[in-house]
Amino acid sequence: MRMNQISVFIENKEGNLLTVSKILKDNNIDIRTLSLADTSEYGMLRMIVSDEELAKKVLKEAGFPVSITPVIAVRTNNKVGYMHDLLEKIPAEIANIEYMYTLPSDEGSVLILKVANPDKVEEALGN
Amino acid sequence: MIWNESKECMSRDEMMHLQSTRLVKQVKNVYHSVEHYRKKMQAVGLEPGDIRGIEDIDKLPFTTKDDLRDTYPCGLFAVPRSEVVRIHASSGTTGKATVVGYTRRDIENWEECVARILTMANIGSSDTVQVSYGYGLFTGGLGAHYGAEFLGATVVPLSTGNTKKQLTMMRDLGVTAICCTPSYLMYLAEAIEEQGILNDLVLKSAICGAEPWTENMRREIERRLHIDAHDIYGLSEVMGPGVAGDCKFHTGLHINEDHFFAEIVSPETLQGIPDGETGELVFTTLTKEALPLIRYRTKDLTSITHEKCECGRTTARLSRFKGRSDDMLIIRGVNVFPSQVEAALLDMSEVSPNYLMIVDRVDNLDTLEVQVEVDERFFSDEIKELENLTKKITHVLQQALLIVPKVKLVEPRTLQRSEGKAVRVIDKRKLV
Ligand SMILES: [Zn+2]
Repeated sequence: MRMNQISVFIENKEGNLLTVSKILKDNNIDIRTLSLADTSEYGMLRMIVSDEELAKKVLKEAGFPVSITPVIAVRTNNKVGYMHDLLEKIPAEIANIEYMYTLPSDEGSVLILKVANPDKVEEALGN
Repeated sequence: MIWNESKECMSRDEMMHLQSTRLVKQVKNVYHSVEHYRKKMQAVGLEPGDIRGIEDIDKLPFTTKDDLRDTYPCGLFAVPRSEVVRIHASSGTTGKATVVGYTRRDIENWEECVARILTMANIGSSDTVQVSYGYGLFTGGLGAHYGAEFLGATVVPLSTGNTKKQLTMMRDLGVTAICCTPSYLMYLAEAIEEQGILNDLVLKSAICGAEPWTENMRREIERRLHIDAHDIYGLSEVMGPGVAGDCKFHTGLHINEDHFFAEIVSPETLQGIPDGETGELVFTTLTKEALPLIRYRTKDLTSITHEKCECGRTTARLSRFKGRSDDMLIIRGVNVFPSQVEAALLDMSEVSPNYLMIVDRVDNLDTLEVQVEVDERFFSDEIKELENLTKKITHVLQQALLIVPKVKLVEPRTLQRSEGKAVRVIDKRKLV
């Protein structure tokens, strides 16, 4: 399945993350999952939210660089080795995974994958 | 074509002779008409008779922006108000405006100077010139306007703003040349591309000035609009646009030397330096009546050549401007100008030209951090891409500055601005 992820560039300054979370709260936007990647100077906050277009609009208005990135969501069965079984299905020549994280749900986790070739990867996974 | 061959192609000897005659007259004039100049000359024991020719010019004291400020608004005027026919003013960075005045003769000379430079850009009486500089106290709009009219061209006085109207007029009136700032022309070029109307235009030349731009930017404008882009230089204190401009060979800006005598001096010692070496540009107005300036320090850094140009003109040429002496920073012993950072960033499409330089001293070593705003259009959610961008900016700046800066990406619109003018440099070393 394809999902839209919202990515926000955040400088490592005091209160910056708080500003983002407040904006989302004030606009009644639910954060379903997030991952924060950081370098020494800035962070990249990647989120799956209830309304990414609204989130983009309000964060942009507040001056944050924002982009919406399509990612692949794959349901997993929470059994030992699920990740290996999944990755094995992706042929080496298209297995260029930029990053991944999980989205928890009641029926097991959902893996969120950002890949260079989403169409081919989805095909390989029979997703 | 050359507008005024008798002046623009004079032999160097003739030019020096003309400059000498005019300088001697001008010095006498300011000594007797302007108290401020008289006092400055008396302070160094100088009388008008001591200046016998252009070779004596370095005996004269310099004039700076402070002299204009101290005599605000019209204390350096050398004629009674009844002879002044126009006023212009430029906003000062520190409050008070700099007020400049013109007699009817001054306006005529200005028109002549601008006409020469438009001719260098291959503009003639059959051309239609759109003036998209601001009209008003700023010298750009009216300066270009009257010069183009004097040339006999058809002038479309659009001033700045209202891009849609600018483009409609440009297309419907068959505008062949435009005078505006280089950044505005870049903006117009984008709008022209967006609307897909390039083929409906007959634009062939642009004359850009009033702000620093790079050779790359000039070529970019030429490529995008299929035109020939020229540089025009001037500053309101000296006259306005038209002090110098470049011909089709683009090998420096020809100075209208019969009206403006240029010197290049070392900003540190204030001594003259040889042709080809970079220093501060100093102007003496040889014919200005209302506001004559003697050895006015422009703070602009450039070099000069007196070699004859391929175009046939013999007037001295200024090289592309390298920055301003009052902005100069010395970092690890290297002269660095904010304008170099600006120019390098302007040449990169991935970032906005908004930047902040932070100079500091850590363990007795100068450090330079350059904060650059990420351009939303090129924002990537991949850290790898952002790191590549940081590396690319570092490399470009290193090429331009000859020192390695630390580049930091920041959110757009986070860099401080005061009164609309961006703060570009924070030098923490001065606080120690
Ligand atoms: Zn030339």
